[in-house]
Amino acid sequence: MHLTREEEELLSSDNETIAKCMEILVAIGEIYDADRLIPVKSAQISGVSYDNIGDAGLEWLECLNARVKVPAYVNPAGMDVERWKEMGIDIEFYSKQMRVLKALQRIGAELSLTCTPYYLHTPSFGDHLAWAESSAVCYANSVVGARTNRESGITAIASAIIGKTPHYGLHVKENRAPTIYVRVRGAEVFNPSFLGYLLGDKIPGEIPLISLPRTVTEDELKQMGAAMAAKGNTALFHVEGVTPESGDFERPRERMEIDLAEIDFSSDDCTPDLIALGCPHLSPEELRKIFEIASEFTSLGGVKKEIWLFTSRKVYGENDELIKKLESIGFKVFCDTCMVVSPSTSRYECVMVNSGKALTYLPKLRGVNVIFGSIKDCIRRAFSDD
Amino acid sequence: MLFLAALRTASGGPLVTIEVNGVRIRGRTISRGETEGEAIVSKRNFSFLGDVDPETGIVVAEDSDIRGESIAGKIFVFPSGRGSTVGSYVILRMAKKGVAPAGIINVESEPIIAVGAILAGIPVIDKLEKNPLEMIRTGDIICIKAEKEGLVKVKRRRSGESKR
Repeated sequence: MHLTREEEELLSSDNETIAKCMEILVAIGEIYDADRLIPVKSAQISGVSYDNIGDAGLEWLECLNARVKVPAYVNPAGMDVERWKEMGIDIEFYSKQMRVLKALQRIGAELSLTCTPYYLHTPSFGDHLAWAESSAVCYANSVVGARTNRESGITAIASAIIGKTPHYGLHVKENRAPTIYVRVRGAEVFNPSFLGYLLGDKIPGEIPLISLPRTVTEDELKQMGAAMAAKGNTALFHVEGVTPESGDFERPRERMEIDLAEIDFSSDDCTPDLIALGCPHLSPEELRKIFEIASEFTSLGGVKKEIWLFTSRKVYGENDELIKKLESIGFKVFCDTCMVVSPSTSRYECVMVNSGKALTYLPKLRGVNVIFGSIKDCIRRAFSDD
Repeated sequence: MLFLAALRTASGGPLVTIEVNGVRIRGRTISRGETEGEAIVSKRNFSFLGDVDPETGIVVAEDSDIRGESIAGKIFVFPSGRGSTVGSYVILRMAKKGVAPAGIINVESEPIIAVGAILAGIPVIDKLEKNPLEMIRTGDIICIKAEKEGLVKVKRRRSGESKR
């Protein structure tokens, strides 16, 4: 890999943090045969929940002695930083989590605490980024047409501090070409999370060019990508006639047909003691949709089960009225965290979700049973006894 | 080199083949540094999150071919990393406790191992001219010099084993 003189100097910097960050970027570049380092517009840092990184991660973050050179956003933490007690978080976890956040703040990262940084600062088509959160990587690449590899928390920090990333993988246009064409039928039973989960399972690691049976919203593409990323490590997909780069390449010869009407959606059932929506974090439109659907059920009386919604602090702040209305009918709206990265969901037995990503991670990370349904199924269940 | 090895055998000593000049193999430097230690070789991809007890350096993975053995202070030879990126932090933590490997040789390295080793200051070399899983055996004394170009020196075979 070619390094400029300035980059060589950073490699032997007296500041150990800078030297190590540079050494990391060079090593990654060597591993993937990158030709050089390129500047990034922003970084997005994963591994923020103390539950995820533990003392090993915390200690490293506290040792960092440099500031970020480009805007750096951070993933959700293990708790709502204001309403942590209500979530059942203990003081020990709280104080460790706050140390993680303080360390990130000290290097100049923005404590956005969300997996949907694109609702705060939308990147532009063609921007090079160093993002780590898998669902955000998938969204930025696929829906926005920005370019990022799937970074780890540490490589994202290294890129934030140096302001660069090695030029390889999805930063290179020809590596963004679809590898398989997937034709999906079954508009009447189409569910983006379920399709994403299915594709992640069937064609992991591929870059699919997907033909969908009906028009979709950006929120639905977010759900689909998050599920594919969680289940199949997908970092980029194209949707024919929808996503910005879908027409830039030849249609791949390898083909696959999926008829959703022929697929059994049902999973093992259990009576949920928690219903959790907002993986990835809810958009303002999704919050409105949830309130609309909930309004259809409020005549039946109040909610009969715990129902938690997760969104970013920024979306929460900008939608006061709506949040108040949701809270008034018994929904709890939490910020800064989610059902996957917070240990608070571990104490439940059966959690119902509308997210293919949560479906993938909750059993493994939180040891709970998970059932899956549409947003409407989830809300209906919140108002019923079963 | 051959002369010395033959002398040893002729003098009736144990079947130790000492390579005075050592077998030298070139590779690619992933994490810089110089180290020496006893090799422990596994043919399985390794995750530092879950496969090893981070307090002791003992391998705990059920399906590992080196289960129950320690990688602490050794030159750990294995194909590549796998699993969660939190593994990088685990490598650093083990280093602080003094139970991390002294050096790592991979067939082909990947970012989790590379990043963790760089943070912890552990030399890593990969893409050797010869397959390290065949060249190196558990118990060999290995010298790693990972500068601009990586160099691995196999200094001595374990007592009682002859060179293949």
